[in-house]
Amino acid sequence: MSLRLQARNLACERDDRWLFRGLDLDIRAGEIVRVEGPNGSGKTTLLKILSGQLAGYEGELFWGDAPMRRAREAFLSSLLYLGHAPGVKAALTPLENLAWYQALAGQPRDESSRMAALEAIGLAGFEDVPTGQLSAGQQRRVALARLLLTPRPLWVLDEPFTAIDRDGVQALEQRLVEHARRGGCVLVTTHHELTPCDALRRIRLGPGGDDAGH
Amino acid sequence: MWAFIHKLGSPKWFYDISARLQPWFWVLALALIAVGTVWGLAFAPADYQQGNSFRIIYVHVPAAFLAQSIFVTMAVAGVIFMVWKIKIADMAAAMMAPLGAAMTFVALFSGAVWGVPTWGTWWMWDARLTSMLILLFLYLGVIALRGAFASRDSASRAASVLAMVGVINIPIIKYSVDWWYTLHQPASFTLTERPAMPTEMWLPLLIMVVGFYCFFIAVTLLRTRSEILRREANKRWVRELAGGIR
Amino acid sequence: MPATDRTATGAAMDAPHAEPHGSLGVAFWATLKRDLVLLLRRRSEVMNPLVFFAIVITLFPIGISPDPQLLATIAPGLLWVAALLAALLSLDSLFRADYDDGSLEQLLLTPQPLALLSLAKVTVHWLLTGLPLALMAPLLGIMLALPAGSYAVLALSLALGSASLSLIGAIGAALTVGLSRGGVLLSLLVLPLYIPVLIFGAGAVQAAIFGDGVMAHLAILGALLAVALIFAPWAIAASLRISING
Repeated sequence: MSLRLQARNLACERDDRWLFRGLDLDIRAGEIVRVEGPNGSGKTTLLKILSGQLAGYEGELFWGDAPMRRAREAFLSSLLYLGHAPGVKAALTPLENLAWYQALAGQPRDESSRMAALEAIGLAGFEDVPTGQLSAGQQRRVALARLLLTPRPLWVLDEPFTAIDRDGVQALEQRLVEHARRGGCVLVTTHHELTPCDALRRIRLGPGGDDAGH
Repeated sequence: MWAFIHKLGSPKWFYDISARLQPWFWVLALALIAVGTVWGLAFAPADYQQGNSFRIIYVHVPAAFLAQSIFVTMAVAGVIFMVWKIKIADMAAAMMAPLGAAMTFVALFSGAVWGVPTWGTWWMWDARLTSMLILLFLYLGVIALRGAFASRDSASRAASVLAMVGVINIPIIKYSVDWWYTLHQPASFTLTERPAMPTEMWLPLLIMVVGFYCFFIAVTLLRTRSEILRREANKRWVRELAGGIR
Repeated sequence: MPATDRTATGAAMDAPHAEPHGSLGVAFWATLKRDLVLLLRRRSEVMNPLVFFAIVITLFPIGISPDPQLLATIAPGLLWVAALLAALLSLDSLFRADYDDGSLEQLLLTPQPLALLSLAKVTVHWLLTGLPLALMAPLLGIMLALPAGSYAVLALSLALGSASLSLIGAIGAALTVGLSRGGVLLSLLVLPLYIPVLIFGAGAVQAAIFGDGVMAHLAILGALLAVALIFAPWAIAASLRISING
């Protein structure tokens, strides 16, 4: 069975206001889907719904051919979500932070793979510095190192480019393309303009969000 | 069966059916409470031990019954809302909470008033009164939690969870308070645990209890109806009802 | 650079179901260890409840009377109430840091059951709050002229009872973690639910002083803990999911 995330007739109402309605999505392997829209159009909410965090929506979600309700565990073990907040503990070192994520993902404890991930993301030499002493961009990189550490086919990334420098942005963009090329799938929101490529697809959410579509 | 439950969950259907039910409960409540009051206060015999002061049970007992039942009803509504996502259940639960807190307060106040001729003080740490006081705190917690959330959906779900947690705890609290009371103050008589009440005494009490329940249902229907209009204000059927433009 | 990365292999991409889910035990221990390390790196947060406990106990002889006989009679209750409040003090931060830095979202998105992972966090709270308070209580008992023979029971009842307090309190902490000022509300929600534990905890110490059997009290404290262990993790998990909704 190949990778496929579908949403049918998705709608989300927040305090008597429709963020979006009648949204149909079909996201398949090898795609980079960029969710666009002005502030407050519900980009983050959509990403949270699609990553199975929010229950307050109408419509149906499917993972593969199964409804999300039944495929939840399989879905979660294929998902890597990075939210607005990096999910990194300031008092722990990057290595310790990654160790927790490694354990949560059910991977064997393996320091060398953590070191390799940190090196690849550009944090060589900072492995044992408490994360709180690193810059915002470096802290974001600790979170991004999870992309390399934990192989998951579906990436859901909410503003992953925040606080990252220019070289880092380029490397990350390349990484997304590479992930799609290998049959993975990326769902991303960003204010940064992505370089157009074959895999890239856009979903636009309207300002009032009344009639969102493709 | 399922179709019926979901029909019941439709605000419009509930709004229509409750309009027909509501007057009956009002009439029933007023009639029963009026009969119970007159009978209980004027015709029921005086207590051989406490004289006329016992008559306060005609308010105290129904209020205490209702205070506990409303909390359980609220928790059941919470379960219905959480499991089947029926919004009516949550609206009713939201409307019940203040009434439940008010009933708990009435039970506490009448208990305190009763304490003056019986114990010679306004407050005794009697097991029943103490449990009631804790119940009042539980009600206030649910109401405060519901009010604290900015998003109504989260507020509803949080209040439902807390009501469920509370309802599991109520019997535990009641049991432990009883234990605590007997340990510290054995053998003293309370307002309601009495040996064999004569029929002329408990019949008006029963009428009052049923009257209070009808009153609760009537008030909940009334308040839920206005809550439906408030929450569904921009739905089509409500606008049509108001005669506004579509 | 991407070519040399340890990104996912093609095989894993094609078969989302084929990935191992990992063992729950590993995730549980990792969470337990992470929270322990985090708290031990900020020792002041571990110390604060203990200092609070000592200060509150100091206030009572000053506020009431230094008379050892009077203090001895109220010591069990005082020690229990003060320990309970001290444990409450650190509850607010139980999920707060994880909520603020996004770790909580990640915890919710693991394939492991959230209820058991939150149990790991509660265990840490008990290990670094409830247990130290229990060990410290006999020392403060001396200052309150607590009669000999009840010291072991005091520590034991607090150790057992505070585990229930952590579990029940975590429900409140989970419900209020999304609110910017949840601290006072948290105590409002949680304190009424603490009453049974307080009754049997302080009761155990009292029984030890009077020379009655303490086993009944301790057994009931154990039963309360068992009930809390069964229900609380699920309530905590449900509450966290609500709070993350905002």
